Amino acid sequence: MMRISPLNKKLLRDLWRIKGQALAIAAVVACGIALLIASFGTLAVLDTSMNAFYDRTRFADVFATLKRAPNSLENDIQNLPGVALAETRITAAVNLDLPDMTEPATGQLISLPERGTPLLNDVTMLAGRYPSPLRPNEIAVTEAFANAHGFSLGDSFKAIVNGHKRPLEIVGVVMTPEYIYALGPGALMPDARRFGVMWMGRKALAAAFDLDGAFNSVTLRLQHGAQAEEVIRRLDVILEPYGGSGAYPRADQISHFFLSNELDQLRITGTVFPPVFLLVAAFLLNVVVTRIVATEREQIGLLKAFGYSDFEVGWVYLKFIIILVATGLLMGIGLGNWIARGMIGMFGEYYKFPLLTYKTDPAVLTAAASVSLVAGLIGGLGAVRQAVGLSPAVAMAPPVPTSYQKGALSHFFARFTISQPTRMIFRHVTRFPVRAGLTVIGVAFSVALMVMSLFFLDSVEEMIEVYFFQAERQTLTVSFVEPRPATIEHELQHLPGVMKTQPVRSVAVRLRNGHVFDRKAIQGIVSGADLSRLLNSEQKIVEPPPGGLALSRHIAQDLNLKVGDIVTVEVLQERRPVVEIPIVQLVDEYIGFQAYMHIDALNRLMKEGPTVTSVHVQVDSRHANELYAILKDLPAVAGIAQRSATLDSFRETMDSTMNVMIGFYVALASLIAFGVAYNAARIALSERSRALASLRVLGFTREEVTYILLGELGILTVVSLPVGCVLGYLMALAMSPVLSTDMYSFPFVIHASTYGVSVIVVCASAVVCGLLTRRRVYGLDLVTALKTRE
Amino acid sequence: MPDGVHDGTRVTETFRAEGLTKIYETGDLKVQALRGVNLTLYEGELVVLLGPSGSGKSTLLNILGGIDLPTSGRLFFKDLEITACSASELTAYRRDHVGFVFQFYNLIPSLTARENVGLVTEIAEDPMQPDEALEMVGLDHRLDHFPSQLSGGEQQRVAIARAIAKRPEVLLCDEPTGALDSKTGVVVLEALERANRELGTTTALITHNAGIKDMAERVIRFADGQIASVEDIPFKKAPQELTW
Repeated sequence: MMRISPLNKKLLRDLWRIKGQALAIAAVVACGIALLIASFGTLAVLDTSMNAFYDRTRFADVFATLKRAPNSLENDIQNLPGVALAETRITAAVNLDLPDMTEPATGQLISLPERGTPLLNDVTMLAGRYPSPLRPNEIAVTEAFANAHGFSLGDSFKAIVNGHKRPLEIVGVVMTPEYIYALGPGALMPDARRFGVMWMGRKALAAAFDLDGAFNSVTLRLQHGAQAEEVIRRLDVILEPYGGSGAYPRADQISHFFLSNELDQLRITGTVFPPVFLLVAAFLLNVVVTRIVATEREQIGLLKAFGYSDFEVGWVYLKFIIILVATGLLMGIGLGNWIARGMIGMFGEYYKFPLLTYKTDPAVLTAAASVSLVAGLIGGLGAVRQAVGLSPAVAMAPPVPTSYQKGALSHFFARFTISQPTRMIFRHVTRFPVRAGLTVIGVAFSVALMVMSLFFLDSVEEMIEVYFFQAERQTLTVSFVEPRPATIEHELQHLPGVMKTQPVRSVAVRLRNGHVFDRKAIQGIVSGADLSRLLNSEQKIVEPPPGGLALSRHIAQDLNLKVGDIVTVEVLQERRPVVEIPIVQLVDEYIGFQAYMHIDALNRLMKEGPTVTSVHVQVDSRHANELYAILKDLPAVAGIAQRSATLDSFRETMDSTMNVMIGFYVALASLIAFGVAYNAARIALSERSRALASLRVLGFTREEVTYILLGELGILTVVSLPVGCVLGYLMALAMSPVLSTDMYSFPFVIHASTYGVSVIVVCASAVVCGLLTRRRVYGLDLVTALKTRE
Repeated sequence: MPDGVHDGTRVTETFRAEGLTKIYETGDLKVQALRGVNLTLYEGELVVLLGPSGSGKSTLLNILGGIDLPTSGRLFFKDLEITACSASELTAYRRDHVGFVFQFYNLIPSLTARENVGLVTEIAEDPMQPDEALEMVGLDHRLDHFPSQLSGGEQQRVAIARAIAKRPEVLLCDEPTGALDSKTGVVVLEALERANRELGTTTALITHNAGIKDMAERVIRFADGQIASVEDIPFKKAPQELTW
């Protein structure tokens, strides 16, 4: 049988005695560790999976699209300095007629080489085979698209390929590095029902789009160490005569952009939050261990008098801390692994690529263990040093009563008659201001964490309200395969169910201010628009400026531009004019940032007559199906975006991703509030049980005594609520730009109910602590309490 | 009101205990602290309870004070049957009738001398002013001092002031001088004696210290959970005359 030394037995019994507090501390440690493990664990899996997938499929470094260039140009591109490999191909957007949908969907066709597999951006074949280069009706589709429509190998659907409706047969199901995050044109979220990516033999595709012996897309792999910007510049020069619309690096490739953004968010979460939890844990640990050392002064003195060394005594308390932290660490690892698996599953819903199975990363574990140990030491070392430094004689003498002084507030209080119990509460708070302050900060932090988490909901609601209800009010937007004469708008007006239309002309541009530039689209819009409207920060309607650009504030900030500045606009299509345009207005958009011009001015800039690329339509719902049936057959239509479908998928995404995270943070916040408050209450009880028992003997009722004990907790909680709300406000203010991406900006809006809910949840936590502690007050043993010396 | 005859004078009974037993059970261990104690305490008398540790005197004092209940037997405080009281009735009993003085003073460190006394006067029905109570124990010059600023003897005198300020019918003192040197102890006993004399409070005082017995009217000796003897002291001494 293992012999446990008496000191270790004492250690274990002490731990058991304060198991509630110990568990609360371990739980807070666990939360910090869980967040760390979940964030970095998920990050590691996604990052490794992404890189492995990119490597295996030879994901390109540079992408470019153009109108049409002869295949012979491929050699010139291949010979550009820095280019390791160039591959040309044909891509085309098509209007899909899917059997399970009344409305049309959008398809992105990509060519497969005539021989072999793609050199770059290869697909991973999950089922079936590559389409035969010779059979024009064979395609491979992404797994997400096939699943969304319940397609299996051999199934077919119709598409309008270059003006002709053709059946397409699915012969392969694949995954692709280019559409891990498959965002359709005009969509805000991936929607595999409405946007499908499909592969077809090059010959067949070339024939369908009159691109025999030509290509309209090229992707490059760069040599190691090559400068992407330089290659892009040269590539643009080569492609310019062929209608090149500006090459871009992998970082700007939409799918990769979103994926890497997501990884950055994880990095931020994993870096910012765990230290906060660990600091809270350190604080709790400090309070608890200091208290234990204080109550065990005599024992410590005795041990030393018996001949135990300072080190042996210190080691006991150090082990105490290590056990607590290690318990939290283990709980955190379990919880973190569980969350990481869940998060990876959640990512799998939106990011379609072969995910590696989650394994706990030893590096992450080591990091978690080290930071939790550091937190433990920060928290406990002071108390351990106290124990080590006590001399036996001093330790065994009874401590003098804690000295109190009349505080500055005494004069203030002198004006009121306040009861002695209330005075005790205030004196105790002011006697230990640091401890009271830390408790307030701890509870305030949990309020703040709640406010900040719930702020996201408010922000998203505001985003939805402004974007979907105030700015965008059309039923759907019809986008065309190519720019069309404006007369197409009138043709649409005559279709059944069409009540109102609004034309848009979109032109791909590079907006440049000196060295900084951004690839964007200028939207040409009409004045007096009623369906899709521009809004300023007060949500007032802004008319398209006749003589300049209205720029999204987000882009303006990126490019260091303000109203009155001149921006260089490099048009990336057609004649590719380069012009200088003044910025006359900033608009505030929360979703999808753009630049805006009057449509006539934009058409003049392009030296074209009235031209549109898409039309917003308001539809009479009674005739919607009739309209969809017609749109499905219109060759000019590349696809439609329904506002309600976009809103639904936006909400669904937000619900499934954000609500989980928010729920998690709310649980964490409650736990912190509980941990801090419970510890404060238990410490107060342990320090004052003798005084409270004396009061009971003197004839105070249980309620009166509970008031003295919990009044302090109440005061501290009440003080921490406004502090927490302010802190939450500031944290939300700080987080809102951090979370904003090139797609979304989180408006800074906090509803009163957010503060309300936060305060209520934290108060509820404090009340539960109070009730638990009250049970102990009720159970105070008067006789024993009187016998014990302070 | 049950009356009796004591020393030839008709006096009123304060406590009447009938067959009190107390058994503490902790796990398998049973400790019999009281084995059938019958006792009557009279109004205004000062009784010293003597006996070695574990003899049952503290247990009795706790039961008299309403902070512990006997395992069997009955206890009356005047007409009130303490042994039939609920927890809240016991609290009210302590609040209204009993003053406690403890060996380790049990002052509230965050309150000054005056406020410690005020703690009790605030919840009492007809209390003295805290200053008055502190004056009775000779601490009128230390009103605004916190416990940490007072000597042990001074702290104990604050505790006595706190106990007597509500004009209790009963004053129960458990080793009030146990933590003090003899010189300081005498000052504390003087305060107790004065309270007993001037307020007519029935006072029961536990001590190990046989030298103190001479200030009492009766001395009750405890041994092994029972009353071993009761001794009347015909000529009680003033605390200054005591030696130990």
